[in-house]
Amino acid sequence: MSDTLAIVLRVLAVFVIFLVFPLVIGQTEHKVMAHMQGRLGPMYAGGFHGWAQLVADGVKFAQKEDIVPAGADRRIFQLAPAVALLPYLLVLIAIPVGPGNAVGQALDAGVFFVLAVMGVGVLGSLMAGWASANKFSLLGGLRTAAQLLAYELPMLLAAASVAMAAGTLSLPGILDAFHWWWVPWQIVGGLVFFTAGLAELQRPPFDMPVADSEIIFGAYTEYTGLRFALFLLAEYAGIVVLCALTAVLFLGGWHGPFGADGLGWLWMLLKTVVLAFGVIWLRVSYPRLREDQLQKLAWTCLIPLALAQIALTGVIKVVIS
Amino acid sequence: MTLAAASHGFLTPSGVEIAFLLVGLVTLGAAVVTVTTKQLVHAALWLVVALGGIAVEYLLLTAEFIAWVQVLIYVGSVVVLLLFGLMLTKAPIGRSPDADSGNRWAALLVAVASAAVLVWVVVDAFRASWIDLDGAAQGSTEVSGRSLFQHWVLPFEALSVLLLAALVGAIVLSRRNGEGPQETGRAAAPVSREGQR
Repeated sequence: MSDTLAIVLRVLAVFVIFLVFPLVIGQTEHKVMAHMQGRLGPMYAGGFHGWAQLVADGVKFAQKEDIVPAGADRRIFQLAPAVALLPYLLVLIAIPVGPGNAVGQALDAGVFFVLAVMGVGVLGSLMAGWASANKFSLLGGLRTAAQLLAYELPMLLAAASVAMAAGTLSLPGILDAFHWWWVPWQIVGGLVFFTAGLAELQRPPFDMPVADSEIIFGAYTEYTGLRFALFLLAEYAGIVVLCALTAVLFLGGWHGPFGADGLGWLWMLLKTVVLAFGVIWLRVSYPRLREDQLQKLAWTCLIPLALAQIALTGVIKVVIS
Repeated sequence: MTLAAASHGFLTPSGVEIAFLLVGLVTLGAAVVTVTTKQLVHAALWLVVALGGIAVEYLLLTAEFIAWVQVLIYVGSVVVLLLFGLMLTKAPIGRSPDADSGNRWAALLVAVASAAVLVWVVVDAFRASWIDLDGAAQGSTEVSGRSLFQHWVLPFEALSVLLLAALVGAIVLSRRNGEGPQETGRAAAPVSREGQR
């Protein structure tokens, strides 16, 4: 009985994190972007510095009419937001937030699990882009697919480098094997992983597939109301997942200079939040990459760097063992 | 591993075995729909269901690593590539009346024949082996890695050489532009390929 209860509690905790963190990131983005651009951002909803703005947005989205274009492929159009959002919920289950068994479910091949399931999420954008029966959406879907194909490989290679260093594919296992000097050792892989992850999430400067000023939000052009909100939520959930994963794989997750026993989760939270701030900062400060620049960056810069990191990892691993 | 028929009856299936059968049926159904539907993109999406079903089967057999690699490679890359190709070639919404090929009976014959060969080989090879699902996982990453790099190194390396050859071939095919060595620069290549279309 207590086993069942423990599982229910874990799933519930993951679900609460899944619901709360993306909203916090979204609100932070509103405020950080605004201040970086010399504005105030939302100030009224909820009273104190507009903290309830996203809640109000959610209510607004829920009230809107749910429109499916007449020429669209109905079922796939309606299914796409769920396919885009659910994988990130599943990934959160495997991410450890503290020492011991502070993880939704410890998986033997956790690194592969998270990368595989994150890749599935992109299928949602592809389905949306095709099923909308809109040429801008189709263009967005095409760009999404091209981007995913280019950036999946460096992400995998960078993650493989950490797995090699730790000698295990399990995320808690990688953290157990972590030492502080892994950060400089794996820093190139970390940068490659983070950049490729940003591209997979289609965040600026890699937002060519959604490019609102030229193809009108790409695959999401025809979406309104709650389904559009689900796509937005998927983007913010993706930021949470990417930052948490980068923190776990390359920055030592719950390891910190002090307070290893009780404060592990706080270190993890701090690293995730700092990385998420970086994601927002990049959005404000960099222009959008063109499609050929995107592909060139992936194939001629990130993949060689990731391969070099793997070679370095292998050499050092052999030397120290 | 013991003789299946001796120690395990087929008439009292466990929960995992029932789940295995059901998932197998779903996988088979999705695969059949994939090749019979007249909506091209739906076929690709049913393929996702079929490949995902196979991943679940691997999970039920405790081969966790193989299951996630299956999802990563097939659902995450091969299906995305398929959809990319379909979108590039104007995938229509709704039915394509010309989706049926004139070769479909020959294709059915080849498919049934290869399925028969595969089933025969697998049944013949694993007839007497039994996976103990309750003990330590026999398909964990460590076990898979050990057997791959101890007993199956030669096929593994042969496969990687084959893939390398395919990669080189793809590069050779895609940079065929005959105007001389100056034109092979990366900036010039997309333009000249556009021109050929």
